[in-house]
Amino acid sequence: MSTRLIDLQHITKIYDDNTVLDDMNLYIRENEFLTLLGPSGCGKTTTLRIIGGFEKPDQGIVYFNGQDITNLPPNKRQLNTVFQKYALFPHMTIAENIAFGLKIKGKTKSYINDKIKYALKLVNLDGFENRMPDSLSGGQQQRIAIARAIVNEPKLLLLDEPLGALDLKLRQDMQYELIRLKNELGITFIYVTHDQEEALTMSDTIVVMNQGYIQQIGTPEKIYNEPENAFVADFIGDSNIIASTMIRDELVEILGAKFACVDKGFGQNKPVDVVIRPEDVDLVKPEEGTLEGVVTHLIFKGVHYEMEVTANGFEWLVHSTDMFPVGTRVGIRVDPFDIQIMNKPASEDEEAVAIDE
Amino acid sequence: MIKKYAQKIYIALIIIFMYAPIVTLIVLSFNASRTRAKWGGFTLKWYGELFSNADIMQALYNTLLIALLSAVAATLIGTVATLSFNSMKRQSRAIFMSITNIPMLNAEIVTGISLMLLFLTLRAKFGFGTILLSHITFNIPYVILSVMPRVKQLNPSVYEAALDLGASKSQAFFKVVFPDLLPGILSGFLMAFTMSLDDFVITHFTKGPGVDTLSTKIYTEVKKGIKPEMYALSTLIFISVLVLLILVNHTPKSKNKAGATLSIERN
Amino acid sequence: MSKAVSKKTEPPKTAYFNEKLMTAPYLFWSIAFIIIPLCMIFYYGLTDRTGAFTLENVTAIATAEHAKALWLSIGLSIVSTVICLLLAYPLAMILAQKNVSQQSFIVLIFILPMWMNFLLRTLAWQTLLEKTGVINSILNFLHLPALNIINTPGAIILGMVYNFLPFMILPLYNSLTKIDPNVVNAAYDLGANAVQTFLRVIFPLSIPGVISGITMVFVPALTTFVISNLLGGSKILLIGNVIEQEFTQASNWHLGSGLSIVLMIFIIINMVLTAIFDKNGEGTAL
Repeated sequence: MSTRLIDLQHITKIYDDNTVLDDMNLYIRENEFLTLLGPSGCGKTTTLRIIGGFEKPDQGIVYFNGQDITNLPPNKRQLNTVFQKYALFPHMTIAENIAFGLKIKGKTKSYINDKIKYALKLVNLDGFENRMPDSLSGGQQQRIAIARAIVNEPKLLLLDEPLGALDLKLRQDMQYELIRLKNELGITFIYVTHDQEEALTMSDTIVVMNQGYIQQIGTPEKIYNEPENAFVADFIGDSNIIASTMIRDELVEILGAKFACVDKGFGQNKPVDVVIRPEDVDLVKPEEGTLEGVVTHLIFKGVHYEMEVTANGFEWLVHSTDMFPVGTRVGIRVDPFDIQIMNKPASEDEEAVAIDE
Repeated sequence: MIKKYAQKIYIALIIIFMYAPIVTLIVLSFNASRTRAKWGGFTLKWYGELFSNADIMQALYNTLLIALLSAVAATLIGTVATLSFNSMKRQSRAIFMSITNIPMLNAEIVTGISLMLLFLTLRAKFGFGTILLSHITFNIPYVILSVMPRVKQLNPSVYEAALDLGASKSQAFFKVVFPDLLPGILSGFLMAFTMSLDDFVITHFTKGPGVDTLSTKIYTEVKKGIKPEMYALSTLIFISVLVLLILVNHTPKSKNKAGATLSIERN
Repeated sequence: MSKAVSKKTEPPKTAYFNEKLMTAPYLFWSIAFIIIPLCMIFYYGLTDRTGAFTLENVTAIATAEHAKALWLSIGLSIVSTVICLLLAYPLAMILAQKNVSQQSFIVLIFILPMWMNFLLRTLAWQTLLEKTGVINSILNFLHLPALNIINTPGAIILGMVYNFLPFMILPLYNSLTKIDPNVVNAAYDLGANAVQTFLRVIFPLSIPGVISGITMVFVPALTTFVISNLLGGSKILLIGNVIEQEFTQASNWHLGSGLSIVLMIFIIINMVLTAIFDKNGEGTAL
């Protein structure tokens, strides 16, 4: 698990005047399922294309298994890509599509035929050999695109928003399918998506990106529970992000009220950002809360109610299984463990929260 | 119901309008009388005499050779130029399209005399060569316009997928991109061939003495009266193309692989 | 506050080979055989035999004989364009509705007839229009008055409509098939009747096709010399005939070029119109 399969060092990429990646450093361990997550234009696809060999970085080096592959063309790299809209060859049958890479490499007929059978079985599409791509559904085409890539036995599979064009139900099925495939094949996956749920479900490691910078790298749990800055907190799930003051260790003043927390080492009377997930906000009787507010919106969401509570001029987003009708006066209480303190972002760039999904 | 019949009748009337002269010419090719004004009984004589008429055969040869050569050249130049369309900037695209549109929108007579003036200035020898150059010129836009939609539809990921799977650049192009363009290229070629075959005006201004295509030959015969062999020849050409078309359209297409399409592709 | 996010980063488009190298032959060809020849028309049109600058060749259009030919050409081509539009619109609507494959009807209307020589096809109308010809026999049989239009402007209009009708049908068909059927349904849904739907929705949406069709018919009709020659007898001179004679008989290239410049003004107006209505740069009707 510790060998670095891909190592990106000081990668910078500029299109015209637009810096897409700025001195990026990232490594991917063997057998890892790593997801590049971020809004469109954050540089995640460019990162993938640089690894795939379709773009050359303006600065920096790409190492593959310790070897510099920065200038190696895509057809010489030991990795394969599953493209955004599948990119199946429309004039070839499914079998011909899957055989393409193997034929180029001059494999024998029997080897190729075995591989086609194996790959189709792996993606649960046995018997599709002679169909044409346009006679397949989106989900089926997606599986063929994966089959076409993995028959070449790449060490690394790059997936560029592979599920983006599928509907919700199919997307969820394919997520499990991909995890199963990865475990069966034992290869490294680099996955690009703007869908935070997809990233949380599938990845070993998530890299949250914005505006050409890596915002945070970590396990899904860490990214969700301990976002390092407001961008990550806002991008991953719903959250209440409130500018606050750290009074001293384990005590923070939020909207004029003092809350106990567990964080230390931020100094005294320091401005910070506080993240509180909506499901962590407890609504209680007005006199029992740390803060007092009024319910202004109420929506039934199935597993819970979503409410907005205005308290001290801030609109709190609250998820709760208890229902409080609009107009109810409530108290707000937050468990110390559920308050995540973050430093104010160092640069203005990181603060950007214009997320277009 | 009435509306449906009215529609059918309307279509039929237009088709009759378009094809009445063609039927007339076919009938005339079997007319024993030398003038087209009266029916002198059925004969196959003209079909026999056609092949011994050296003038007509030479004109046919010129026509077909010019059509073939100009269509091949136009297809090559046009296709290669169109391939770079996707990577052009907006402004280059606009210039590219305007240049392509000039011969399409310009009047044939203007194109014809402009080329005539060019060849006169260059003191070129008017003949087969000048006709061929002119035909290539007006054929290129037809090729470009029929390849263009295919080029625009190209999915760049498909090309990259081929590279990703180990193909070299030229392998990726010829195995993946080219087959995708082929129907457009073929229809552009056929369009160019047909246009060249049917052209009169531009040939009229760029041909030299002694060199004739079927069109210019017919034009010189108009005053003295068209030789019935010409009707016979036209009938033969028309019927063979008709048969060919029927065959092409009734051959089941293999899988979904698009075969030769006799049309201008447009999305 | 978010400057880079709004800028959509678009990866550069795939270049298969060297772009400049690939357009070079076409660029060279276009300059040599399209641009330079057109410039030569201007050169010859604006000079006299000694090479001195003159506007005489262009203003020659105002002489009685030339002006008459020009006005006749304009008149006949307007009439034929209108007839083509009136004939083609219903047909294009029917075809678009029926979902006739575009390919088969292009072949039927455009390609196939072209394989019968265009001069012969046009000449065949003489046979059909003959006093004792097919059409008059039918008219006679139906007890209708005979049609005597050979060697008249009427025959020229017929020839123009016959030759250029397909150029009107195709752009109309193309623009009509592009109309989303639900847009038409929405018009009905909102209470419009068939006529209102046509006038307020279908026709306005088909305007690019109409413009394209008009330019595709008007220019060749305006500039033809063959149709007038074949069907008009030798008495009717259109502007195309005048120019053609200057080149092939009088060998006065300067006058012929000067008159062509006048024609080109009409063509340029057409090109501009087309450019305005063809915003996607997809080319003209064909």
